[in-house]
Amino acid sequence: MSSFSVTEPSRRMKSFAAFMVIAYAIITLLPLLWIIATGFKSPSDAIAYPPKIVFEPTLEGYVNLFTTRTRQTAEFLAENPPTTWYEKIVAQYGMVIAGPSRFGERFLNSVIIGFGSTFLSVFLGTLAAYAFSRYRIPLKDDLLFFILSTRMMPPIAVAIPIFLMFRQLGLSDTHAGMILLYTAVNLSLSVWLLKGFIDEIPREYEESALIDGYTRFQAFYKVVLPQAATGIASTAIFCLIFAWNEYAFAVLLTSGQAQTAPPFIPTIIGVGGQDWPAVAAGATIFLVPVMVFTILLRKHLLRGITFGAVRK
Amino acid sequence: MAQIRIDQVRKEFGEFTAVQSSSFTIEDGEFFMLLGPSGCGKTTTLRMMAGLELPTSGEIYIDGEEVGMKPASQRDIAFVFQMFALYPHMNVGKNMGYPLRSQGMSRAETDRRVREVARILDIEHMLDRPVGGLSGGDRQRVALGRAIVREPKAFFMDEPLGALDAEFREHMAEELRALHDRINATTVYVTHDQLEAMQMGDKIVVMNHGVVEQFGKPQEVYDWPATRFVAQFIGSPAMNLMAFDGDVATGSQTIRMGDAPIAIPENRQRASGALSLGVRPEHIGFDDASRYRGKVVAAEYLGTTQIVTIDTPNGQIKARADSTVSVHEGEMLGLTFDPRTLTVFDEEGRALLSSANEGVLGHG
Ligand SMILES: Nc1ncnc2c1ncn2[C@@H]1O[C@H](COP(=O)(O)OP(=O)(O)OP(=O)(O)O)[C@@H](O)[C@H]1O
Ligand SMILES: [Mg+2]
Repeated sequence: MSSFSVTEPSRRMKSFAAFMVIAYAIITLLPLLWIIATGFKSPSDAIAYPPKIVFEPTLEGYVNLFTTRTRQTAEFLAENPPTTWYEKIVAQYGMVIAGPSRFGERFLNSVIIGFGSTFLSVFLGTLAAYAFSRYRIPLKDDLLFFILSTRMMPPIAVAIPIFLMFRQLGLSDTHAGMILLYTAVNLSLSVWLLKGFIDEIPREYEESALIDGYTRFQAFYKVVLPQAATGIASTAIFCLIFAWNEYAFAVLLTSGQAQTAPPFIPTIIGVGGQDWPAVAAGATIFLVPVMVFTILLRKHLLRGITFGAVRK
Repeated sequence: MAQIRIDQVRKEFGEFTAVQSSSFTIEDGEFFMLLGPSGCGKTTTLRMMAGLELPTSGEIYIDGEEVGMKPASQRDIAFVFQMFALYPHMNVGKNMGYPLRSQGMSRAETDRRVREVARILDIEHMLDRPVGGLSGGDRQRVALGRAIVREPKAFFMDEPLGALDAEFREHMAEELRALHDRINATTVYVTHDQLEAMQMGDKIVVMNHGVVEQFGKPQEVYDWPATRFVAQFIGSPAMNLMAFDGDVATGSQTIRMGDAPIAIPENRQRASGALSLGVRPEHIGFDDASRYRGKVVAAEYLGTTQIVTIDTPNGQIKARADSTVSVHEGEMLGLTFDPRTLTVFDEEGRALLSSANEGVLGHG
């Protein structure tokens, strides 16, 4: 007779669960792996049918992503033989590198706008959430509802008024404008999430600090913040993911100076000859910051999502 | 170390009055108990004394100085919360040193003080541990340690043993009292457990619905309750309250319950109407000669004593008797009441002054 336990899942149950998790991981990770692999393919391998699983990796996509190139005559190439590895790659196609592409700038814009708005959302959100959690505020519930109501329709529904406002205020295609916009969108999420986390921190901690001679701000800074770290980290990740991936407003409101990576990447596809490896390379690099950020805060994120359920 | 005085302090939360105009004085070095049922305003009173809540009106003096408007940080007191409020992101030593660092004390001096206090509390070996894994009793000690290192003017403790299990509570209660006697600091201690209050306190204030019902030494409060509420809240079983209709004149030394005259301490305050006689279970005697009789309903054996439940013409009462006395269910007993210990309550439930209790209640 096999032993039976109420709390411990059976072996079969466990292997079934493991199978499901692995299957799910493969399904969700497959497109990701596809993109990463495509980034290292040559243009012909990238569109080969049936798709090539085994291929000779090349950095062509990455070189094309970061450079602009022009076609040259064979004589010119013979006279000026390519010296660096990336010049050699483009020389195969009878091209020379004309200069850097815009990808670096766009990527930097994404970093500035994504992290800038995340910082602001979390910073303002924490202060607001603390106030909502601890102080008696007139019309508190109405205010909280109002804050939430800003997310009751898709933000893009107000695209036209925002577009006009931005033009009037000179915020179109500026970093400040995009940071402001993403902060405004994220703030309601951030206030609500963080209020939940701060509500869970017993007031006695701060009161203890107050009695011990700290000011209210010191108590907030030294006692509340460290304990809200989990909530702050998970909120930051949610905010960053939104700001980082946002496409519609970025297309609408930015074109040059403040354009972020999402609207830029599709334009790499280029004129004449579809450069899928370069697009894939751009998408791969684009993934890295959010992934690194999430991995760094992973511990907090997991605890954050299960907050309340796990903490007694 | 300090005397603490509460003068006409009130606290309202919106429409709701949590504490009605209350006054009492805590002498320097006293172990003072704030006792009352849940929701009576004990915590609110303590928090006002600590500066965590502003009184709606009234004055609070610590060491003779009016502190009503002073923030908690300037009152030089320590507060032990029911859930201890140890900072989870710091280890034991850091938790204890935290209040000292806030005063700008050097790391070395802080360490020295923390070690010293840890030795007193016998928690020296766990200074480097995180507070997360500590048992209830150890957390309690750390919380106390954090209060003690400051050497504050007074300790305020809000049900500090509430989170511990019964067995350990008693042990910690003794330890706390011993600690108090050793450092001799003024301590205000909130509890809803009357036994704890009686055991540990030098003085007790009994509160109910935001009203201070009585304030005095445990023995005084036990023997001479000022109100029916106190009579019933303190003691287990509680004081018996035997309802009777009648008149008590000033100078009278008997009351009539049914047709039996009962001797009471000489009365000093006349009253009439629906009165009640308060008598502690241990002050009831059995004497067949007595004209006042009751029928035994049950007897509960407690070792050296037993609690006998008796139906009388004035309601059911409980008597504490030696367990050698044999009583039987259904038996009719003659009852006597020790005349020196009786209290008569008026219609509003206030104790009438008598020659016996005026020493305790007369000044209030
Ligand atoms: N901040 C507040 N706002 C509104 N009402 C409050 C507030 N704090 C306390 N009260 C109310 O005041 C009354 C007294 O509360 P308090 O906490 O002082 O009672 P307590 O005697 O300490 O009770 P317990 O034994 O349950 O701790 C309660 O009815 C409570 O609901
Ligand atoms: Mg309380």
